Amino acid sequence: MQLKQLANISAALAAASCAVLGQQAQAGTVLDDWQFNSAILLYSETDRVSAGEGVLTARGDFGDEKYLNLGLVVDALTGASATGAVAQPYVQSFTRPSGRGSYDVAPGETPLDDTFHDTRVQLDASWEQPLAANWRVSGGGHVSKEYDYLSLGLNGSVARDFNQKNTTVSLGLAYSHDTISPEGGIASAFAPMLLRSDFADDDSYQAAFAATRDRADDTKDTVDMLLGLTQVINRDWLMQFNYSLSVADGYMTDPFKLVSVVNSNGEVQQNLYESRPDKRTKHSLYWQNKLHLSGTFLDASYRYMWDDWELTSHTADVKWRLPLGEQWYVEPQFRYYQQSAAEFYLPFLQQDEPLPQFASADYRIGKMSAYTLGAKFGTKLAAGNELSFRIAMYQQTPENDGVVAPGILAEVELYEKITAVMAQVSYSF
Amino acid sequence: MKTKKMITTVTLALLVGQLAACSSLGVKPWERDILAKDEMALNSAPLDNRFDDHIYFSKEGSSGGRSFAGGGCGCN
Repeated sequence: MQLKQLANISAALAAASCAVLGQQAQAGTVLDDWQFNSAILLYSETDRVSAGEGVLTARGDFGDEKYLNLGLVVDALTGASATGAVAQPYVQSFTRPSGRGSYDVAPGETPLDDTFHDTRVQLDASWEQPLAANWRVSGGGHVSKEYDYLSLGLNGSVARDFNQKNTTVSLGLAYSHDTISPEGGIASAFAPMLLRSDFADDDSYQAAFAATRDRADDTKDTVDMLLGLTQVINRDWLMQFNYSLSVADGYMTDPFKLVSVVNSNGEVQQNLYESRPDKRTKHSLYWQNKLHLSGTFLDASYRYMWDDWELTSHTADVKWRLPLGEQWYVEPQFRYYQQSAAEFYLPFLQQDEPLPQFASADYRIGKMSAYTLGAKFGTKLAAGNELSFRIAMYQQTPENDGVVAPGILAEVELYEKITAVMAQVSYSF
Repeated sequence: MKTKKMITTVTLALLVGQLAACSSLGVKPWERDILAKDEMALNSAPLDNRFDDHIYFSKEGSSGGRSFAGGGCGCN
């Protein structure tokens, strides 16, 4: 089933990129000043989400160092996503987020909602040009639309070169306004997930379901600031430092996620819709090095992130490009990620304890480590075109943050590993 | 926790300060042959970075750093 869906996605993406390529061929010399990058990615988690994503970007050279950048992204997601509810040693029933229909989860299995599917289209554009000697500015925006989500954004940046262009200081600002309109509406904080089987008839179930809904949609506003310093160290070494601040205000709860309420024996009494704070301020420090080492190129970066949800993370990323003969190169890639849990992350709630102000059992904001191991193979073709292939394995290991699992919860897996495979083909022309 | 953040910030600030103060850093315009190569660009694989940012934004509690962190999709 999943393979078939994946094949459909890749066929659709391939058709989309061929259509664009065809147009380019007909246009001829008009596009000589344009550089195109295209890529298709297939992402597949074992037993969970599969995704296909296609990107086409174009960079037009308008002379005098003026450039127009255009981007088109199409992606499709399908498969099953963890709901946040805990596994139990018996069959559990869940209502779909829309309120229509239900599904069962086998004993010992992590509850996954298998109705997870969405298609997204994103368009982005930016213009960059010199402003005065040693000054450059850029401005742009994006529109991204999914079935239940719309994001609109604007961004701008200014950069100043110093010291014979060996040092560059830049400041970027971005604003984005997102609207989410989930199927079935937005549940009130900690509203119970109702089951049709607990009601005598459809009307009484529908009335009770409607009473758990608070509103049809909600919004989120995000302001980002990025302060950057680029420094040439020597002929073979370039360094980048960024400090970034991101302030988000609005709906940040995942409308599809649940938290299980368990009794002292670990048996689920009820599943509640999660609730997260409506404000989040994130900071990050990012340090990147580009090094030329006897004909090879090393890209090594480290990021430290912290926020007022008490989530902190460390990310190290290394890519090392090695030539293979005259035309080809191979680039081994390794990324390591580690995060602490957000302060309101709880794998489950205890029935005999008062309800906290916020709670989420979403493993993505729990304690976790992850690594990605991959390799890219590329070749330079005629006329400066480039073809590359990338394959990688991504593994997430959620960890227990010192929570004691009562009774039967000790017998089930609460922190299941997730393994994904990514395959990508890119072509620049 | 706050002390740790402070130490990290101060260490990086000092490091940046040291780099900026050191006059021997950098190259002459005619020594940019290697730096000018595509492989040495900070964002040498922009589409790979786009994909990575999207995947990790959807699957982890952090985002941004290399570029802007916010908005764009309902996957988190």
